[in-house]
Amino acid sequence: MLDKNGIAKRIAQEVRNGWYVNLGIGIPTLVANYIPDGMEVEFQSENGILGMGPFPLEGDEDADLINAGKQTITAMPGAVYFDSATSFAMIRGQHVQLTVLGAMEVAQNGDIANWKIPGKMVKGMGGAMDLVASAENIIVAMMHTNRAGQSKLLEACSLPLTGVGCVKRVVTNLAVLDIREGAFHLVERAPGVTVEEIVAATAGTLVVPDDVPEMQIS
Amino acid sequence: MAISKVVTGSAAACSGVQSGMTLMLGGFGLCGIPECSIAELVRLEVNDLTCISNNAGVDDFGLGLLLQKRQIRKMISSYVGENDEFERQMLSGELEVDLIPQGSLAERCRAGGAGIPAFYTPAGFGTEVAEGKEVRKFNGKPHILESALTADFAFVKAWKGDTAGNLVYKATARNFNPMMAMAGKITIAEVEELVPEGTLNPNEIHTPGIFVQRIFKGEGYEKRIEQRTVRPRQTESNA
Repeated sequence: MLDKNGIAKRIAQEVRNGWYVNLGIGIPTLVANYIPDGMEVEFQSENGILGMGPFPLEGDEDADLINAGKQTITAMPGAVYFDSATSFAMIRGQHVQLTVLGAMEVAQNGDIANWKIPGKMVKGMGGAMDLVASAENIIVAMMHTNRAGQSKLLEACSLPLTGVGCVKRVVTNLAVLDIREGAFHLVERAPGVTVEEIVAATAGTLVVPDDVPEMQIS
Repeated sequence: MAISKVVTGSAAACSGVQSGMTLMLGGFGLCGIPECSIAELVRLEVNDLTCISNNAGVDDFGLGLLLQKRQIRKMISSYVGENDEFERQMLSGELEVDLIPQGSLAERCRAGGAGIPAFYTPAGFGTEVAEGKEVRKFNGKPHILESALTADFAFVKAWKGDTAGNLVYKATARNFNPMMAMAGKITIAEVEELVPEGTLNPNEIHTPGIFVQRIFKGEGYEKRIEQRTVRPRQTESNA
């Protein structure tokens, strides 16, 4: 079974040279820590920076330089700042090659719910609806089950939707799964996890091929 | 000679702001918010306001200061966490809240300033955001019709500005400020540095002064940080 950093490490393997990547808050943010040295990748944060760098050294933080999670950050050489309309032109216009975000629920038709729980405080969708509606390549990073032990991979989402039919791949603490033709397809098992455990933790339709390799994570 | 937009300070800048008006306020979280104008709005005690702003500040800073005094009737935002008083007013029904996707919010402000009454976007299709909105397919993909936003007053914060109202923002403090500057019937810019016309490089101006009606030099910026995240410093010897 993977921890959050393990999920991030596996997703980092999906990133290709020359890609612009938008990372959501939480586990997705950790993906930046596992990009191989020398790979040409730029991180976009939708509040208005391309070429986002790591957190600043203590004492160097700048209130005018933050990411979409409102955390203080740095800018890499070659970075650029822009306004919010330009930022979402990059996203809506499909100039960003990969979007990684978290989810509360994912359905076997690619629907995603990650912004609202009825009856609880609604904080808003931020940029999530724009991101999922337009990105061609969306990977969801999340735990396979919620805190109550219930599957987050469902036949249909029960929570209010963020976007419809948009998720292509899900990486959880248990598995890598692709979504196509209205079903989850098991691609890889996390180290030490059996196919039976994944089947038991997946509420939606799961297609299991004869051979399910274990993830290769260093 | 360029048209001067300079006013003496926040009090003169906010002249004409009245209860019941629709205001836009730039900023993302607490980054790039018009601190001095917000302080003046608190002092003016105008209420029943509709505020268009990506976020709603925190309890004791930013738009949270207006919420504390119950000056806001309606918020139009994309994300409103981090504010207990906001939550209390929203759950009790005192405060009306319209949540819209961040990219749609930015584009609706841009459209308002650019004379585009509405536009189609894929964001929110199939969700509750699309309820009651026209849906149309382009290239086989469904989009929803979103309308432009404008405001009686727009409040923006820039790093440098000149007497002609031309603005330059710093780093990610730019965010919503340029679009909101375009969408205000009266746009008030507060700047950290106010310089004479001709000082800024015309190649490097972010907001042309035509969008700005009043400009003043702000004082005493706090620039509060919401999430201070750092890496520890290590000296060579113990690294």
